[in-house]
Amino acid sequence: MPPPILHELKHQLGPEGVLYQPEDLLLYEYDGSVERGRPDFVVFPRRTEDVVAIVGAARRHGVPLVGRGAGTGLSGGAIARRGGIVVSFARMNRILDVDVENRRARVQPGVVNSDLSVAVARANLHFAPDPSSQKACTIGGNVSENSGGPHTLAYGVTTSHVLALEVVLPTGELLHLGNSAVDTPGYDLPGLFVGTEGTFGLVTEITVKLTPLPEAVQTLMAVYDTVDEATETVAEITARGITPAACEMLDGWTIRAVESFVHAGFPLDCSAILLIDLDGIREEAAAQAEETLAVCQRHGAREVRVARDGAERELLWKGRKNAFGAIGRLSPTYYTQDGVIPRTKLPVTLRRIGEIGKKYGFEIGNIFHAGDGNLHPIILFDASQEQQFRNAVAAADEIIAFCVELGGAITGEHGVGMEKDRLMPLLFSEEDLSLMRRVRDIFNPEDLLNPGKVFPVLKSCGEIRARPAPAKSGVRA
Amino acid sequence: MAANSARTGEMDPASAALDVFAADRPQYADYSRCVHCGLCLNHCPTYRLWHVEADSPRGRIRQMMLVDQGQLALGPSYVTHIDRCLDCRACETACPSGVEYGKLVEAARAQIEQGYRRPWPARIARDWAFRRLLPQPRRIAAAARLLRMYQRSGLGRLARATGILRLLGLRDRERLLPKVDSEFFFSELGKTFPARGTRRARVALFAGCVAQVAFSELHRATIRVLQANGCEVVVPPRQVCCGALASHAGVRDVARDLARENFAAFEDGDFDAILTSAAGCGSALKEYPQLFPSGDPAREPAACFSGKVRDVTEFLASLGLTAPLGRLPLRVTYQDSCHLAHGQGIREAPRALLCAIPGVELVEMPLAEQCCGSAGVYNVTQTKTSLELLALKMDAIRETGAQVIATANPGCILQLRAGTAIHGTSQEVLHVVELLDRALVPGSP
Repeated sequence: MPPPILHELKHQLGPEGVLYQPEDLLLYEYDGSVERGRPDFVVFPRRTEDVVAIVGAARRHGVPLVGRGAGTGLSGGAIARRGGIVVSFARMNRILDVDVENRRARVQPGVVNSDLSVAVARANLHFAPDPSSQKACTIGGNVSENSGGPHTLAYGVTTSHVLALEVVLPTGELLHLGNSAVDTPGYDLPGLFVGTEGTFGLVTEITVKLTPLPEAVQTLMAVYDTVDEATETVAEITARGITPAACEMLDGWTIRAVESFVHAGFPLDCSAILLIDLDGIREEAAAQAEETLAVCQRHGAREVRVARDGAERELLWKGRKNAFGAIGRLSPTYYTQDGVIPRTKLPVTLRRIGEIGKKYGFEIGNIFHAGDGNLHPIILFDASQEQQFRNAVAAADEIIAFCVELGGAITGEHGVGMEKDRLMPLLFSEEDLSLMRRVRDIFNPEDLLNPGKVFPVLKSCGEIRARPAPAKSGVRA
Repeated sequence: MAANSARTGEMDPASAALDVFAADRPQYADYSRCVHCGLCLNHCPTYRLWHVEADSPRGRIRQMMLVDQGQLALGPSYVTHIDRCLDCRACETACPSGVEYGKLVEAARAQIEQGYRRPWPARIARDWAFRRLLPQPRRIAAAARLLRMYQRSGLGRLARATGILRLLGLRDRERLLPKVDSEFFFSELGKTFPARGTRRARVALFAGCVAQVAFSELHRATIRVLQANGCEVVVPPRQVCCGALASHAGVRDVARDLARENFAAFEDGDFDAILTSAAGCGSALKEYPQLFPSGDPAREPAACFSGKVRDVTEFLASLGLTAPLGRLPLRVTYQDSCHLAHGQGIREAPRALLCAIPGVELVEMPLAEQCCGSAGVYNVTQTKTSLELLALKMDAIRETGAQVIATANPGCILQLRAGTAIHGTSQEVLHVVELLDRALVPGSP
């Protein structure tokens, strides 16, 4: 006997718009993170009215709702932790309107981040937030997670690029937040809404700001024998008021892992490299590059390479952008962590991470958005060993706790989701959390939307996660 | 396992059969590399059409894992989603973790072939195509003669005019059929074509199966271009089909037998390279070692053979063109053949060759790396999806205003020609090498 809600969902969305067979639901248990949770239904709205109807049905039947874009998130934001309906926005993927003169676009939430940039490239514009997953992740997901990327340093995270939102609240209300003006009168409700990880409402339309492509970009690679020197370089670049578009650091271990696959020309015997992008009008980029070069040399860079052309720049960045994948080739599974530290504390943090790795017997590589202090330790482990999985999580928790001790934060850009909810008390008092809950309750009073996220909950036994061991044949072959 | 033991009789030594079966399924070491980051999704043609995980690379790999670990049945749902995969391997290009998806999906198909009983019409059709027709040059020739009779006798025109094809639901499929050559290429097997001018290389031409009855002109053009650029071209006589179609369909025992025959056919001759003008074949030929488990005696000849295989565009671009080329004032767009771009990582060589022709203006289409829907026999087995992808492709091509669509694989050529017929556009569809051949200056050394 199928549940009555299934009939209602099918009636609204058609048979192609609802998944409910176990073999299909198994494929919505995961996203880009290590979390798991199986929904009872997956639905595919095509227009705002569909979303209103889905929310109505969910309310009537008291079934939780979870929004999902491409499922590339790294904190379990799109996972149905308590079951219920996953609302996939993948088919709401139309660019509704591009207004070149006023540099804005109105899009459905399922539009892929880089697809928007490609579509407006001819007008010399782009959508600035550039998470590593930008070729697959959706703008709706970016709004929910307030995503950033390497170029966040100069351009800001997603919230700086959202002008207005159309949202459906779990109460069934359809709201329009903000307008296309840059500074709206009254409260900044889009600002409040962005980054709420799908716990306030389902976003059905987004008006985003488009940013002109820079006239010129200069890319520098500086090579160091000590992490301290690289860190000092970043501190001075910032102190001098130079604003790089991106400033990334890779540690020695990561460089060696990456170089053997990417062949970007990274020296194998160094302790750190900095990759720095400077952009703007031609003269400005050139002047800043020159100044940055001098700073690097003053702080002991043993080599500074300035990319001569687009091809060389791309090669250097390829090394950075493929870093995670390249490391993944060394190990069956890796766990990418996301923490924030004051950028001057990098050397001590890396030493501590090294100790934590040694304690649990893991190799840990480090990629660092040096400009804004966002650190990504990458823990290599074997998921087929349950104990290794538990240890990887324990090691990650220790790293994050250390970040907080230094005055940092538990996540820089991956979100809290169901990955770090239990770590929230490291950063926030019960009063802080209670205020956040009260704000959430204005929008989502019955906790119908994405329950079990952001706020700390006790994990149930079923959630102590480990992948099933490989089949015997796999081991034999 | 019942299906397996029924099959062992057809395989080589019985002792090897068990290991072969163990290898003919997605392997833990391969699928566990996927960290389900999802970066592949937007690159997958079927995900872009339907937007469901089950028809995305990540979802398909997940299904392979679930089947391997006994949490999902080797049943109709799994088979449907694996069948719907084009095996275009665009996901491999997108994957940051280096997942070898092509290897995985072919293993999944071999697993299905052995562990799943398809409905009888599909069984008969597959058996006939992969076991009886493609591996046998004589049967290909006989079938081609029949088809040629249909195409030339007026029977084809009659079938189209009376609407009987539409009635049978075969109208679009008929358009995808190759036009059979007047003179098959089989007659050239065993011949050697001398280099013009100083000999710069000695190469063997891999002639394939269907190409010998439908793309003889492409082969002849390939030989002329190679000769003009100082290559001595040998067409080894005992060569057979590369086995790519069988392998893509999961019929690996046939693919292995064909591979062994080809090792023998190209063994002596001291060739600098073994060349193919079919990206699909090239990709399979370069991956022959994957067909054999480590320790198999065929592993070494496979590695030796595969090490010499080059796509003709790859080879010519690295050798450098020396033949003088005349002017071809044409606006050309290039459709990446999936098994060249994603399978072999070759994107620049064909473009460089096109740009080397004076007068050619190369205009890129949006999403040139996305599959046109041909994908081996996909346009026959999944016609509706194939035609949807083709329609998207024809839109992208129209945007360029190109007069010629160049590509690097006979399957793509057939599909795109059907595209121009179905959508009433007028572009000519040619292999890159055919354009080079046209530009050759007659009579020059």
